[in-house]
Amino acid sequence: MNTPIDDIETGQAQARREALERTWADRPGFIGWLTTVDHKRIAHRYVATALVFFMIGGALALLMRIQLAKPENSFMGPDRYNQLFSMHGSAMMFLFAVPVMEAVAVFVVPLMVGARNIAFPRLNAFSYWVYLFGGVMIFTAFFLDVGPEAGWTAYVPLSSSDFSPGKRTDFWAQMITFTEVAALCIAVEIVATVMAMRAPGMTLARIPLFAWSMFVTSLMVIFAMPAVMLASTFLIADRLVGTHFYNAGEGGDALLWQHLFWFFGHPEVYIIFLPALGMISEIVQTFSRRPVFGYTAMVLALMATGFLAFGLWVHHMFATGLPPLGNSFYTAASMMIAIPSGAQIFCWIATIWTGRKALVAGRIATPMLFVLGFFALFVLGGLTGVMLASVPLDQQVHDSYFVVAHFHYVLIGGAVFPLMGALHYWFPKMSGRQLSERLGRWQFWLFFIGFNVTFFPMHILGLMGMPRRVYTYPSGLGWELPNLIASIGSWIVGLSVLLFAINVIRTLCRPRSAPDNPWGAPDLLWSVSSPPPAYNFEEVPVVGGREPLWPADRPLQVMTGLSHVRREALLTTTMDAIPATRWALPDPGIWPLWSAIALTVLFIWSIFNPWGVVLGAIPFAVAATIWFWPKRSQPSLGGANERDC
Amino acid sequence: MSSHCRNDPVLSNALRARAVAIATVFALLCSCQREDREYASAPTSNAQPPRQSTLQPGATAANPADPVGQHYQDNAFHIDEGSRLYRAYNCSGCHANGGGGIGPALMDADWRYGGRIDQIHATILEGRPNGMPSFRGKLTDAQAWQLAAYVRAMSGNVRNDAEPSRREGMAATPPLDRLPKQPPRNGDPSAGTVPPP
Amino acid sequence: MMRTSPLRWLLPAVAMLAAGGCNRVQSVLLSSGDQASAAGGIWNLMLWVCVPIYVFVLIALALAMRRRPTPAGTTRDRAIGRGLAAWLALVGALLTVLVTASFLVDRRINRVAVAPLQIRVTAHQWWWDIQYLDPDVSKRFSTANELHLPVDRDTRIELASADVIHSFWVPSLSGKLDLIPGRTNAMTLTPRRVGWYRGQCAEFCGLQHAHMALDVRVDNAAGFAAWRAQQLAAPQLPLSGAALAGEHLFESSACAMCHAVAGTIAGGHGGPDLTHLASRRMLAAGTWPMDRDHLDRWIADPQKPKPGALMPAVPLDPRDRAAIDDYLMGLR
Repeated sequence: MNTPIDDIETGQAQARREALERTWADRPGFIGWLTTVDHKRIAHRYVATALVFFMIGGALALLMRIQLAKPENSFMGPDRYNQLFSMHGSAMMFLFAVPVMEAVAVFVVPLMVGARNIAFPRLNAFSYWVYLFGGVMIFTAFFLDVGPEAGWTAYVPLSSSDFSPGKRTDFWAQMITFTEVAALCIAVEIVATVMAMRAPGMTLARIPLFAWSMFVTSLMVIFAMPAVMLASTFLIADRLVGTHFYNAGEGGDALLWQHLFWFFGHPEVYIIFLPALGMISEIVQTFSRRPVFGYTAMVLALMATGFLAFGLWVHHMFATGLPPLGNSFYTAASMMIAIPSGAQIFCWIATIWTGRKALVAGRIATPMLFVLGFFALFVLGGLTGVMLASVPLDQQVHDSYFVVAHFHYVLIGGAVFPLMGALHYWFPKMSGRQLSERLGRWQFWLFFIGFNVTFFPMHILGLMGMPRRVYTYPSGLGWELPNLIASIGSWIVGLSVLLFAINVIRTLCRPRSAPDNPWGAPDLLWSVSSPPPAYNFEEVPVVGGREPLWPADRPLQVMTGLSHVRREALLTTTMDAIPATRWALPDPGIWPLWSAIALTVLFIWSIFNPWGVVLGAIPFAVAATIWFWPKRSQPSLGGANERDC
Repeated sequence: MSSHCRNDPVLSNALRARAVAIATVFALLCSCQREDREYASAPTSNAQPPRQSTLQPGATAANPADPVGQHYQDNAFHIDEGSRLYRAYNCSGCHANGGGGIGPALMDADWRYGGRIDQIHATILEGRPNGMPSFRGKLTDAQAWQLAAYVRAMSGNVRNDAEPSRREGMAATPPLDRLPKQPPRNGDPSAGTVPPP
Repeated sequence: MMRTSPLRWLLPAVAMLAAGGCNRVQSVLLSSGDQASAAGGIWNLMLWVCVPIYVFVLIALALAMRRRPTPAGTTRDRAIGRGLAAWLALVGALLTVLVTASFLVDRRINRVAVAPLQIRVTAHQWWWDIQYLDPDVSKRFSTANELHLPVDRDTRIELASADVIHSFWVPSLSGKLDLIPGRTNAMTLTPRRVGWYRGQCAEFCGLQHAHMALDVRVDNAAGFAAWRAQQLAAPQLPLSGAALAGEHLFESSACAMCHAVAGTIAGGHGGPDLTHLASRRMLAAGTWPMDRDHLDRWIADPQKPKPGALMPAVPLDPRDRAAIDDYLMGLR
């Protein structure tokens, strides 16, 4: 029975929720879709876009495997094949792997640390538009026969205007610029969110491991991406205005490209991989019903990996004839990465070992299944990585199919499997509906088997001397059978991804029914409804431990004081997360979109004419100026009378 | 809640599908030939070599342009191949890097025997008085068209998006796309001929 | 999954060894030279270290998944912490062994060659130009796409590129080294077994990267000396009328614009040297076997087997082509 006081409180809570709802609401209709700064809505479209690019990239790979199914196949010619594999690599690395990890983080991290929105929400919207336009641009170019043709690494001089005439490589280089701008924006947001917007009480030692991993990843993005922007800008300058950065004949150096590219390219691998480590920690913790063993070791391992990742780019260049003693240094650094990875593997197994296995309907839950798959694949890929760190062995298998097998084991096993697990895991929170476990299991097994059938034979092919990036191969060298097996396996993987798409679409057509915390997870993300309201948290949660929702019956403490009628977030101190100040977050706005459009015009114009950089900067400057024009007050959409609580 | 529906991945997929559809239409409209790497299928001219002299009784007959030329002069790959052949076959021996030496300059606006691609093609294959040898039989027709496309581009007469930029190796001249564009001058622009100085 | 995974690793491993056993021509594991054997030693060491670790991790995971829950306590966690320290110490120790071994082997591979045979390989899109160097200028000669090496002797190979980056890789003899424009790299080969081997460009170099192979013949000292003498000699003069006509056609048509035949006026350097073309085993950088039929088809349209190759299809009527075939087949 409710007492009158209860009724009054319920009524007040109702009024509070309605006020928050009005304050954080987007504009109605299509305009609302264009102007939103809600991190959840932006993350939705970010993830969806990245998955679409993933599927297109995968379809390209299937076409490549058809061509390689038999020797001297005439399914496609070398020009088409070169564009396909260049596009496959570029799309997977730049348009899928990095963005999708950041997109998941854009959704998860603010909820995980108890914030009402991500830091710099309009930058977040801007980042998405830039990413979308860059991706659409490169795929449009690809369908117009102007796709990249020099591989995703675009080594000079093959990518110079002398050997790659026309605009193909220019489009590729500008696509890099687009995605790097987008990635840097998000990296800045996540660093700020994790460092300054955590719930009171969430000290450094209480940050969830996924948030930690995204923090380290974002720092890596901030340090690594400028190298590739520099490299691609030099390339564009070489091609567009005739500079000689990479021209040995005029005092440039072809190896400069490789140094700059891999100084980004190697950390890039860990930029993809570290978020996956965070996802695994979350999933393992939830399904073992205990905190991850060795939290401090895990955080230190993340940081060590992030730090070491910058010291081993030369192991991509062991075959270029650099001095042997220098190479040895990079051998040692590359192998050292196995130590933090080994520590994490140990901690997860220890967590599972001592934990209580949480099952779903008597079976291992799909997210956990993908994590187990991760162990089987990633450890194998990691061990071949140790092999590749050795200079003499690398000189044998470098640029052979052995390397193709290695990095697919590391990237698919080490990042896509955890990502798939994480998508199953967080899907109820993102959409309010749970994916089918049955389809999820089918998807997992098809993926796991298909993946091994595809990529394990590639180890053998590499040892048999088959170089990578060949559009065909002669018969009689024993390469026919492994290639045919790999081609068959690729279609099993394709089927698995198709099942995932079906699962997602079918689930989205159903009514919302997911409970707040379907898996019994311990972090703040699961304390809000599924899907979360636009304002995330009614009141700021206060955290007293690393697992605020465990045990399950413990009530969550909250702190009041943030306005309900203005968009406000709480800033806390970096170390101890003590409330410091209130921060007015911006309203929805159209100018991030206009700025992104202006930037797109600038980038595409500059492919054809260097004056595009100068003249194209004008509309961008105008749009950005209006975007950042100081506003006297920030009346929110629903805010009539301010009422401080 | 209804507003929440709009940002479901499914719906943004639908939007993306629309974007892809627009892109495809765009592709059909453009039907882009400029990037085609026609290593095996480049068209060749079956027509008789163009007349090298306008001397004839009666009215001057038209000297129609070979449509094949248009195909080569707009294609980045062919122009680039022409650049490679220009170096490989030592065109520089007489014409230097376009500035001229024993032979006339190729990067200016003056064309003794016509600045149209089919006229350059004829010059290469048939030779010209006072030193230009005939390369008929030494070059395939496609190679001659490629060279002609490049030679034409040396004075900037090429569409912007197919123009070659800097070459690898030592550079004696700025890259072609940094040089001023110089349309053929003096006389009939369709023939592009000027009398020898 | 836990139970099947080691099986999934072992079965293909067996299959791999079986498959590798078939083919000595282009194989990392079945080495025929000192440098490749050294790398093969590292491979074996790696396999012996990595496979047990892999199996160990998966078994630990399987046991962890099967364990009944136990209450987590601080004493337990402390014991696991000691386990973590031991595990990291083990990993660290193994890595130290691997780094040291790798370093020592690398030193061995990079040792200075003793009185080596000197060869200069220049990579082109998409073929190999090979020059046998000698202090005596009259003993130098050029060939293409076929490398002959004496067995049991060091050969120092200088690697350069004429256009883009390529990579020189004969897996049975040694690891790869890039050929980079503007730089000269060098490697030493010490073949230990007479036979034919196959190498292939291993750095993506454009349209015909797939058809840029290199035939390597390792021969005993006498066989190598004989081959060298033959390469130094001028090719025999055309004997038949058709071959003579072929020579004339070759020199007066597009062929001579790119190809050289020593002792004739054909002196182009855009394409492979054809002085002793008919003595080679393969055609078009390992694309086709060298015989009259394939040569004829190659000249008729090089773009069919090797689309994108820089050699154009020169329009010749079949009789002229046959004459050129006659001429070229006589270049031994």
